[in-house]
Amino acid sequence: MLYIKCPYCGMRSQNEFAYGGDANVKRPELNEEVSDKIWDEFVYLRKSPRGKHIELWHHISGCRQWFKVQRDTTTHEIFRTAAINEDIK
Amino acid sequence: MSQEYRLDKVGLVNRDKKISFKFNGKKYFGYEGDTLASALIANGVHLVGRSFKYHRPRGFFGAGVDEPYAIVQLYRNGETDPNCRATEQELFEGLEAKSVNCWPSVNFDIGAINNFLNIFLPAGFYYKTFMWPRSFWYRIYEPFIRKAAGFGSASKKHDKERYEHKYEYCDLLVTGSGPSGLASAYSAAKNGAKVILAEDKPRFGGSLLTSEANIGNQSGKEWAEKIISELQEMPNVTVKNRSQVFGYYDHNMLVMSERISDHLPETKKFTPKQRLWYIRAKEVAISSGSIERPIVFGNNDTPGVVLSSAAKEYLKVYGVLVGKKPLIFTNNDSAYETAIEFKKNGITPVVLDSRSNPDSEIISEAVSMDIDIRFSHVVVAAKGYKKVKKAEITKISEDKNELGKIENINCDCICVSGFWTPTIHLSSQSGNKTKFDEKIDAFIPGKSKQNETTLGSANGVFNLEDTLKTSFEAGYEISKKITKNDNKISIPQSYEKKQSKHDKFWCVPLPKNKKYKRFLDFQNDVSVTDIELALREGYRSIEHVKRYTTLGMATDQGKTSNLNGLQLVSSIENKVVPSVGHTTFRPPYTPVCIGAIVGREIGKHSKPTRKSPMHSWHEKNNAVFVDAGVWLRPRYYKRGNENLFLASKREAENVRKNVGVCDVTTLGKIDVKGPDAAEFLNRVYTNAWLKLPIGKARYGVMLREDGIVMDDGTTTRISENHYHMTTTTAQAANVLSHLEYYLQVVWPKLNVNVVSTTEQWAGAAIAGPKSRLLMQKLFKDLDVSNESLPFMGYVESNLSGVPARIFRISFSGELAYEVNVESDNGNFMWEKIMEAGQEFQIQPYGTEALSTLRIEMGHVAGSELDGRTIPYDNGLDGLVSKKKDFIGKRSLIRKAFTAKDRQRVVGVVPLDKKTSIPEGSHLVKDAKAKLPNPKLGHISASCWSVEHNNPFSLAILKDGKNMIGQKLFAMSPLKNKTIPVEIVSSHYVDPKGERVRS
Ligand SMILES: [Zn+2]
Repeated sequence: MLYIKCPYCGMRSQNEFAYGGDANVKRPELNEEVSDKIWDEFVYLRKSPRGKHIELWHHISGCRQWFKVQRDTTTHEIFRTAAINEDIK
Repeated sequence: MSQEYRLDKVGLVNRDKKISFKFNGKKYFGYEGDTLASALIANGVHLVGRSFKYHRPRGFFGAGVDEPYAIVQLYRNGETDPNCRATEQELFEGLEAKSVNCWPSVNFDIGAINNFLNIFLPAGFYYKTFMWPRSFWYRIYEPFIRKAAGFGSASKKHDKERYEHKYEYCDLLVTGSGPSGLASAYSAAKNGAKVILAEDKPRFGGSLLTSEANIGNQSGKEWAEKIISELQEMPNVTVKNRSQVFGYYDHNMLVMSERISDHLPETKKFTPKQRLWYIRAKEVAISSGSIERPIVFGNNDTPGVVLSSAAKEYLKVYGVLVGKKPLIFTNNDSAYETAIEFKKNGITPVVLDSRSNPDSEIISEAVSMDIDIRFSHVVVAAKGYKKVKKAEITKISEDKNELGKIENINCDCICVSGFWTPTIHLSSQSGNKTKFDEKIDAFIPGKSKQNETTLGSANGVFNLEDTLKTSFEAGYEISKKITKNDNKISIPQSYEKKQSKHDKFWCVPLPKNKKYKRFLDFQNDVSVTDIELALREGYRSIEHVKRYTTLGMATDQGKTSNLNGLQLVSSIENKVVPSVGHTTFRPPYTPVCIGAIVGREIGKHSKPTRKSPMHSWHEKNNAVFVDAGVWLRPRYYKRGNENLFLASKREAENVRKNVGVCDVTTLGKIDVKGPDAAEFLNRVYTNAWLKLPIGKARYGVMLREDGIVMDDGTTTRISENHYHMTTTTAQAANVLSHLEYYLQVVWPKLNVNVVSTTEQWAGAAIAGPKSRLLMQKLFKDLDVSNESLPFMGYVESNLSGVPARIFRISFSGELAYEVNVESDNGNFMWEKIMEAGQEFQIQPYGTEALSTLRIEMGHVAGSELDGRTIPYDNGLDGLVSKKKDFIGKRSLIRKAFTAKDRQRVVGVVPLDKKTSIPEGSHLVKDAKAKLPNPKLGHISASCWSVEHNNPFSLAILKDGKNMIGQKLFAMSPLKNKTIPVEIVSSHYVDPKGERVRS
């Protein structure tokens, strides 16, 4: 079970959180004209990288904030977590 | 019966406390502190089971977790447990155990014929034989294998024992209480660290219990006792025996099973049988020790062939002799300790040492005690069927290829030592690579991946002085890092006999013309020839060899067999062991009771139960409840002998005719507040929200980004910046997460907050033609006329002084209202409604009537909004705004979603107007068409229409729009029904929606 640092609550066990997928996905703007390809990529296509991955987690059994986690997908090592409005380089 | 293999005065068992137990129906005695194994050996019982494949006789091989043979069916306090290791099961008064895998008895086992047919049971036998013909699998092969294989049988009764889970945090978790565990725990604890020390066995001390070493001018055992009692007194230390740390998971989460009551005749009141600890440790000291490995020789599975260290443990801990004429076969010095121990107790062993000329302190001591030692000698084969009677022994050449003349030697046990294998399971589970240590011919942990360090013999360090030094230092360094304290304690002096180098020898070659079986895996009956065959057949990867031969796949997970298996593969392949590699060490290290894994989350505790504030009223009024997610909701209220059908029909009819009331507390409720709330709703829902006036409700549909309907419900504008959203019961949690995602991640600039208010409000839906009369009576000061409170209107009022929210919304298609009061007033509201409703013939109605009412009016719900349908499919396309953008809109123009013959919700009526159509039935054109019969749609919901008094269903049907009036068949192969049906409009009641607006 992972041990995740919520930026607001501190270290908590994984069972308090829900996984939210790739944090780098950017929703097209409202009313923006987008091609089928771009829309399909946004809705369906996700990279499945081996190694470092910046992803969203949701502290559902805690503060209910969504936040970012940089995690190694093979070792589960977590390098850092950050609030949504912070960047992880 | 006398314990003829028990020594007087030797050992740690309590001679004052005699314990009686039964094995295979026969009564025996042992002592408090015995294991079932030690007590049986003391009584001269060496035959305890039959092997997995060949049903060969099985005795005892080890004295702990590594035991491959002595697996019994245990009976305790009216319960039974299969797969119980006799070497670990402590004796208690009244214990009963039986042999497994033998029929009709352990002494005469019919399956043993497999032993003589063994040429038919080679490696891969199951794969090769039970494959064809395929049709034989379920009826013939599988039952045969299931009967022939497996150890014991699980109880079919509900387990009445209680199991618990516990979460714990510590600075340092120490796994094992041998010298390295005690040293690291003690020095860390003395430096202020919060320490948990876990020991699998009942007694602390590990190898110190049986060694002759001295630490700090006392025996190792005394030193261990002193350290343990000191640790037990320290407030920052938790010391646990009978506790196995069996799994090392991510981020230093370790799981430990504590056997609290397994050693007692019955579990004490208010204590669990076992407790599973989830331990989040800042650091872990893996001090799990090492396991002696066997040397492979002919018939090495005969009862009486035991590990030399086990023989020593039976002797020193239990005062029990594994035999009175021991033959000791070794390639290293440690077996001499066993030999000396026998000799000290008046038993003269013969020692065969594969080495030609070893020289060490302990060998000199053995020589001086007149022990018969034969260098360059090996055991070729054990003789005897149910117990060792003799051994064939011989001289072996320096290169270990040539055997000399074979001679027979009488013996009743063979104590074998092939050196030591570090227990690296936890380290490997942590993610560490392993490395092969040539000095000890075994794998040791590589670089640490998590915050853990492996100490002592688990790390390949077999020397006490080094072990103590590194472990004391590790405990200090780890604790210093965490506590920042600097209290370093001195390392005690230790003394043990110096050991000489072991011999790399591990397998005795077969003499010419002899075909002795030489076993590697004792539990799964995998022999040298099985591995050879697998390699001849082309298996190379050690993982494949394992699965093909089942080497290491038994309940002992190859603790004594894996390394010898690797040695064999590497010698055949002419590779070095590290390039062959090893199979993965997966948790659990030892079998874990399923009950412990489940813990308290069983039966009704497997999920939380949510009840509405009116629950007790429903109970008192004969409600029959149904699970709705985690909620309990009244399904119907039973009167007299009514069944579900009659009761729900009565309730639904009463709504259509008079007035009914339904508990709708479970609906999800979300407060949406903030200056941008309208804009947010406008983006979330498919329809327009910017112009909703205060005091009005609106029905809305929300989509996922892929265009699929996520949920529906009404949202009411309470005040300028405050909206009250409702969701379906099932989707409430998902909708809240969905809203939070868009507010926090996608549109953080929107000034809106959302919070669940589901539990703050109790809700009652009042529906039926007489509902306005009832409302007027309930709210005397309120004008509830259609003009003042029209359909989709909202008003706040009070119910006999209790603040209430009144929504004029309808799920039933009738004139209806929903009243919300604060939860604490829910029951008050309900009773008021029932009381006032009497004169209008009010009846409460449950979810079944609720479904009937919504189905016959064609109101889509969860069975249509099933995660596969878009608004069009549900007839909700009128609610999709063309003007504004919203979540999921872009997906709705995908080709499949705009296809001319797109599926759509329709009504379905059986032609005979009698036969109810099973939900899930497929709609087809031709009932007799060849399979696969093209499916046009499926029945999503069925009811008995109270309006028309015949069955009615909703269906999602291909090209549903143009199918009205068509005749099709509803087919349910599950229920074996084919029903001719007609497709009608989904709005079977009041298609123009006049009643809700009346
Ligand atoms: Zn949080």
